[in-house]
Amino acid sequence: MNMRLVTRVTLGFAVAAPLAIGPNIEAQAAEDFIKIGEVGSTTGSEATFGVATHQGVDLAIKEINATGGIKGKKLKVILLDDQGKPEEAATATTRLITQDKVTAIIGEVASSRSLAMAPIAQQYKIPMISPSSTNPKVTEIGDYIFRVCFIDPFQGFVMARFAAENLKIKRVAILRDVKNDYSVGLAKYFTETFKKLGGDIVLDQSYSAGDIDFKSQLTAIRATKPDAIFVPGYYTEVGLIARQARSLGIKVPMMGGDGWDSPKLLQIGGKAMEGAYFSNHYSAEDKSPHVQAFIDRYRKAYKDTPSGLAAMGFDATMVLADAMKRAKSLSTSDIRAALAATKDFQGVTGRISIDQQRNAVKPAVVLKVVNGSFAYESTIRPG
Amino acid sequence: MEAVRRQTRMPKHRFLFSASTYQTLSWGLVLLAAFVVSPWIEQGINPYWFTIVIYCGINIILAVSLNLVNGFTGQFSIGHAGFMAVGAYVAAVVTMALGANPAWNEFVASNGISESAVLPIGLCLGGIAAAGAGYMVGMPSLRLRGDYLAIVTLGFGEIIRVIMMNTEAVGGASGLNNIPFLSNFGWVYSSVVLTVFCVWRMVHSSHGRTLLAVREDEIAGEAMGVNTTQAKVRAFAMGAFFAGVAGGLYAHQLRILTPQTFDFNRSFEVVIMVVLGGMGSISGSVVAAVLLTVLREALRVVQTWYEIDIRMVIYSLVLIILMLTRPNGLFGSREITDFFPASLRRKLAGGAEARGGVK
Amino acid sequence: MDQFLQHVINALSLGSIYALIALGYTMVFGVLQLINFAHGEIYMLGAFTGMYTIRWLRLEEHPGIGSLIIALIAAMAASATAGFIIERLAYRPLRKSPRINLLITAVGVSLFLQYSGQLVFGSDPQFFPTGILEIEGYNWSYGDLVIEPMQIVALVLALILMFVLQYIIFRTRLGRAMRAVSFNHDFASLMGIPTNQIISATFMLGSALAGAAGVLVGLIYPKIDPLMGTMPGLKAFVAAVLGGIGNVTGAVLGAFTLGLAEEFLVGYWVPTYRDALAFGILILILLFKPSGLLGVHRAEKV
Repeated sequence: MNMRLVTRVTLGFAVAAPLAIGPNIEAQAAEDFIKIGEVGSTTGSEATFGVATHQGVDLAIKEINATGGIKGKKLKVILLDDQGKPEEAATATTRLITQDKVTAIIGEVASSRSLAMAPIAQQYKIPMISPSSTNPKVTEIGDYIFRVCFIDPFQGFVMARFAAENLKIKRVAILRDVKNDYSVGLAKYFTETFKKLGGDIVLDQSYSAGDIDFKSQLTAIRATKPDAIFVPGYYTEVGLIARQARSLGIKVPMMGGDGWDSPKLLQIGGKAMEGAYFSNHYSAEDKSPHVQAFIDRYRKAYKDTPSGLAAMGFDATMVLADAMKRAKSLSTSDIRAALAATKDFQGVTGRISIDQQRNAVKPAVVLKVVNGSFAYESTIRPG
Repeated sequence: MEAVRRQTRMPKHRFLFSASTYQTLSWGLVLLAAFVVSPWIEQGINPYWFTIVIYCGINIILAVSLNLVNGFTGQFSIGHAGFMAVGAYVAAVVTMALGANPAWNEFVASNGISESAVLPIGLCLGGIAAAGAGYMVGMPSLRLRGDYLAIVTLGFGEIIRVIMMNTEAVGGASGLNNIPFLSNFGWVYSSVVLTVFCVWRMVHSSHGRTLLAVREDEIAGEAMGVNTTQAKVRAFAMGAFFAGVAGGLYAHQLRILTPQTFDFNRSFEVVIMVVLGGMGSISGSVVAAVLLTVLREALRVVQTWYEIDIRMVIYSLVLIILMLTRPNGLFGSREITDFFPASLRRKLAGGAEARGGVK
Repeated sequence: MDQFLQHVINALSLGSIYALIALGYTMVFGVLQLINFAHGEIYMLGAFTGMYTIRWLRLEEHPGIGSLIIALIAAMAASATAGFIIERLAYRPLRKSPRINLLITAVGVSLFLQYSGQLVFGSDPQFFPTGILEIEGYNWSYGDLVIEPMQIVALVLALILMFVLQYIIFRTRLGRAMRAVSFNHDFASLMGIPTNQIISATFMLGSALAGAAGVLVGLIYPKIDPLMGTMPGLKAFVAAVLGGIGNVTGAVLGAFTLGLAEEFLVGYWVPTYRDALAFGILILILLFKPSGLLGVHRAEKV
């Protein structure tokens, strides 16, 4: 009987073993390509994030290649979808690094997925740049992990400062997504700063991503009569929240973070979104010539105004390319060193400098929903 | 009912403890070999394929443990991911807590034990916690009929997930990260062997007979004096234990845990492995688990073309077609050894014959 | 006090949605002793059909009850067809197979519909055109209490459909045939009732109600996506069990009870356990009163 068992188990692994030993596929004969991996959620409920980022990345790659590439080689991006799940992101990263032998990785938008990817990139010493993960823990994983966006402590600070000083309000209620650690983190940082600036959080309510009915939470919020409601969630729920808030008679403005950045927000929220504010990485109304030029080129390629995430994807790629140009060679350690030394890079989302913690030091913009579009309201600088 | 035909007498061994010295030795050798070979495998194989092997192992454990409940006991449990979650979180918390505990570190350093010894402790505790959850879930629900049981197990899976999400101690929505990477080939392989061994022994013992009775005709079983509820709960708890072990291995492979990882889709993936392999066939579960794990990776590139979760579309379609055309799955309730020529079978069963069990 | 009443109002509209879906579950369980896991997806199909109908026929340009009725009829017809096809292709061939096979198939169908829904409709949430009834913004408020007209419309429509269903089941020959089949297939067919056809009809009726629920939900919560059916489907199932599965009045009662429980849990206690509540109730009911509030305990015959 026991031998039967051993046979069985051995057979089971024998099935797996050839897979393990066989295809030890080496990189294809060195082509004149620099391979860059990208991991994004092009499917699933956050598909807009992944698709927008990828479009930005793609545009950047095309433009770089059009000007001759880097050190004589063209860039090629290999995109793998992670369906919005951290374990898929981790497997995708392992595959990109060990199978496709990429030189660097761009990803991911959501911090939970970046956190799954970063240890792997760090282990293999492949530079990883997140375009828009704002959780501080991501870059703490290792010195090969970078980001070109601000971090949540800063974003929470931005909206708290804006509320206290620009809107001059003292009482805010919070409605956060307990299923989303971005939302939880942002709420926490907002609360810290707002209290320091003399404000008061009158109520802290929560919901779960996927809910469609928020009337109970909003009814409770309504009873405390706040001056504004901070909703640091994703656009998928915020639209409905706004509608239901308005229909319950809550007239105060709503505030949020970069998770709002999607045209769907306006579609679902409709008129209820008017007058809401949120922090973002850039504004399409930025009059600077290079931003407008970027918007034009993007429109020509994709027939759509770029969202903040698309712009971040573009900037992440450009920063990477710039680092590769400045680097002594195309070895990953040299690229890493060049990335860490990035100073005052003129991206479309502002001047990007990478600090000691490998985070980007740059200002945030506050946008306001006016007449069905995102209008620029203010810029808040760090420090 | 082939299991009945195959044995002429009810085996009277106590569960798990009747191996002769020779057999114990051969087991020990196998496990030792796995550990010895382990670092060589890790260095020699492309890491990407290595993670696939690890995932194969984890899925084998999941499929075999679920087969015990769904296949051999005939209960439709679709909340297996919940037990996996319990095991994963407990194991991770244990290893992280021990790793940070100075007393433990001293103990390890002074006795020359490898650092990864913390893993089996985590896995055991995780498995026990999961078994506890299985017991708690099983006690009330196993009195229910098939359809209700399915929904209740689904519900428990969800409840466990929601609890994890709301418990700050395990990270809440952010989950746990920076779990030490301890799932090497040795541990995974030995866990797989252990699981298959235990389930096999369970099934081919008098306990197993009880489970089959529950599956075939519960009321007749009760009439014959079989305590069906207890049998079901036992199977449930055992299945949950191994799901917890698999969860622990998973946690130390992925190194990050979020409650969302253990949703209904994951339960469903294990269910389809069991169904595909054949409910009631351990070898079937092994083969199906490996097959589907590899398929998952192979479809990854296809996935990117379609922009949606094409894997779930394919899996569900396969399941429906399977149910309509070949509900027995690949192996039915046969084991892989049934395909060997009779002479080979007799030789392999040499040990058992000496004990007077099999033909 | 106002807050309390607000919760009650919310609960009523939530409950009426659950009721429409629960009725389908209970009817199908009555005739087939099967939990149709795919029922939630039929609800989702109704919502999407409604949305596409409004879009393609440009009903938003002609707001009014008429447009609503057209959208409803389209959704109900599509759902009924879907229910019919599912029953014919996936459930009927397995009628003589062990129960567990049928359950597995049902789960398979449910997931297949969800994910091919993503393939066909796109996985991003879409906006349901609420403009077909120009009642947005015309809320009735009494002090702090706000009642959205859409909630009233949903409640009224749900009640109308429930009464129609009651009438069909208890006052028509079709209904009598359904009740006969739910009692015992073989006896019914011995009495000359075309069992297969009655089962199909039951499926279609239940699915039509779910489709209507889909449209109503789209109007109240204008965000729809292919995965929207899972949770409401499971909760409606719990509602049906709570009221006594197989019992039409029970399904309605259970649905409103669940709606109230959910609303009060979220409003006064822990909002993030909302989904877990339904399962908690299910477990409690199955432990203490498995036949539900209004159900009759049927002995299991050997």
